[in-house]
Amino acid sequence: MRVRMLTAVAAALTLLLTGCSDGGTDPGGKVKLRFQSLAWQQESVDANKELVEEWNASHPGIQVQYVQGSWDSVHDQLLTSFEGGEAPDIIHDASDDLADFAYGGYLADLSGLLPERLTSDIPRQSWETATFDKGIYGVPFLQEPRVLIANKKILDSSGVRVPTAEKPWSWEEFRQITKTLTEKMGDGKYGVAWPLKEPVSVTLNLGLSAGGQLFHRGDDGKVTIRFTDGDGVVPGTVHAQVNSDKSASRTTLGMGGSDTLPGLFGGKYAMVPLGFSYRQQIVQQAPKGFEWTVLPAPAGPGGPAQGVSPQTLSVAEDSPYKKEAAQFIGFMLQPGNMVRLAKGDWMLPTGTQALADPSLHTEKDGWATGAALARDLRSAPAQSVRGYPEWKDKVATPALQEYYSGAIDAAELEKRLVEDGNLVLARYQR
Amino acid sequence: MTTLRTSRSGRAGQYLALLCYLVFLAFPFLWLISTAFKPPRELGSLHPTWIPKDPTLENFRQAFDEQPLLQAAGNSLIAALSAALIAVVIATPMAYVMARNRGKLSTAATGWVVISQAFPFVLVIIPLFLILKNLHLINSLFGLIMVYVVWSLPFALWMLVGYVRAVPRELEEAASVDGAGRVRTLVSVTAPLLAPGIVATALFAFITAWNEFFFALVLLKTPEKQTLPVVLTHFLGAEGVADLGPLAAAAFLATIPSLVIFAIIQKRITGGMLAGAVKA
Repeated sequence: MRVRMLTAVAAALTLLLTGCSDGGTDPGGKVKLRFQSLAWQQESVDANKELVEEWNASHPGIQVQYVQGSWDSVHDQLLTSFEGGEAPDIIHDASDDLADFAYGGYLADLSGLLPERLTSDIPRQSWETATFDKGIYGVPFLQEPRVLIANKKILDSSGVRVPTAEKPWSWEEFRQITKTLTEKMGDGKYGVAWPLKEPVSVTLNLGLSAGGQLFHRGDDGKVTIRFTDGDGVVPGTVHAQVNSDKSASRTTLGMGGSDTLPGLFGGKYAMVPLGFSYRQQIVQQAPKGFEWTVLPAPAGPGGPAQGVSPQTLSVAEDSPYKKEAAQFIGFMLQPGNMVRLAKGDWMLPTGTQALADPSLHTEKDGWATGAALARDLRSAPAQSVRGYPEWKDKVATPALQEYYSGAIDAAELEKRLVEDGNLVLARYQR
Repeated sequence: MTTLRTSRSGRAGQYLALLCYLVFLAFPFLWLISTAFKPPRELGSLHPTWIPKDPTLENFRQAFDEQPLLQAAGNSLIAALSAALIAVVIATPMAYVMARNRGKLSTAATGWVVISQAFPFVLVIIPLFLILKNLHLINSLFGLIMVYVVWSLPFALWMLVGYVRAVPRELEEAASVDGAGRVRTLVSVTAPLLAPGIVATALFAFITAWNEFFFALVLLKTPEKQTLPVVLTHFLGAEGVADLGPLAAAAFLATIPSLVIFAIIQKRITGGMLAGAVKA
């Protein structure tokens, strides 16, 4: 009896060993590529999987396996995979995550590997988001501006001027309008709610519209932080709205974008600045009868420029099939396919042909407003700055959070961002 | 009489404190259940309710449609059960030796066990990844099980040493006097008294492996191998945006195996503890 039991345990362990091991190479000798996608919304996952199936059906010699990744953990997961030589061949990520991987030699330079149709179709400012040391380490294909999602009834009844993509509010006008809205809405209600749980990218990206840049690259290629008048416009506006005008809710400063939606639906806030893709959640979650509209973010004297970090497709340097991987990227990002991906993610395509698709210019759900903003989207200010993640986490995030809540003044904010920030950057640029 | 009144009021206070603690513990879980049954429009309400006004199973349908939850749950179950079983099989004799033979080696081993708990995951993940790669155990549940065993072993050992020390040495000596051999003493006297400790340790190892995310994320490459915690993150988007309904539904389902196993084993732990108390 005991012998039988021992044999059974041994057999079970053997089965476990053999059954759980990785399959390894393809017996048919086909090229096998792994494509790690970060698509997460059902429409987007479906679009990605359908495109992979279409590719596999039309390219029997180059088969792509769809692997699901997640935004939440992609950096650590990729870093470990790169170090271990087990990275996926085709990598979906965001351009602001690419700098360290590109400089670290983990990503392939795609210059010369991509079809001319694709390289010429995507505007220069989009390519800049994934270009490091003159090499192209990712193809930027989806991007989203930050917009103001507004409660249409409150906005219409207040009588304020409704901005358009052609004539957005100035930052000063925006401040005045939020004051007006707050007065008309009554106690406990606010003209705007800023979800600033992660305040750095919002502040920097919107700051471009006011001429803020913060990061300045010298002739020697080194980056230093300087705080100009333009850099103070966006933080100054938010600080004033929260602390002196009382036209922005203090409680949302620590919230993520999704957390503010119930307040928007409930009429507690007239407007919330959010990424363009949040429209999907609004369509899903808004109560029946809730009327909403998409407004452009305020603009400065230089127009409604905004920083963005587009989603990208890259190829791992270790992949033995770089050419085939680039072919697959070329297929995925054909104009029609780019439209499918953009609609799946509720974002805007970078490609000019895809962006011209009529389905992305309808008034419904604010597509037209977003599409009109696309021409003014720029590379996020800190896109290729080494040491930015540390500066963001250790210096900028706490400094901005304290400033927005009124714990420190503008002089202290500037001191921390610049002095502490330059110390951090210097360590990365020796 | 005064003593009785004090005792009653004291007991009432204890029950009140216990109730508060239970509410505190139960709140996230009950909210998770509530969220799992709410339609999207109720998730966006400014005045959320405990009981969904219009309960729906749509979140569960969507969760199963979007992600391979059953397959992932199966992988998690294999990994967690195997890790728990192997960890206990390895740790029990080691713990016995460490508990019964107190010396410099035992002290050093105990020290090492404590120190090993301080290592963060990120410190070991890359060397571990390279070792497993050389063994061709990347993207293998067996490789993951090995990692879980190694990771849970120190604490399992630490727990079991305590349980072994709680078994009076005199009982083993008495059995020996009665003529029982070493093995018979271990099997018939020590093991039954140790059973609740072994079960509790196995439960700890199981829950650790069931909930573990980072190693599974890094070591498992293909969708068909991924475990439940990894699959759950697929409901999350950039900047903390989440597909809340399906995520809550999937997370609720993910808690059920732990709860069931705990419910079954809890009786065994309690029973074993009482048995031990009587014998001691």
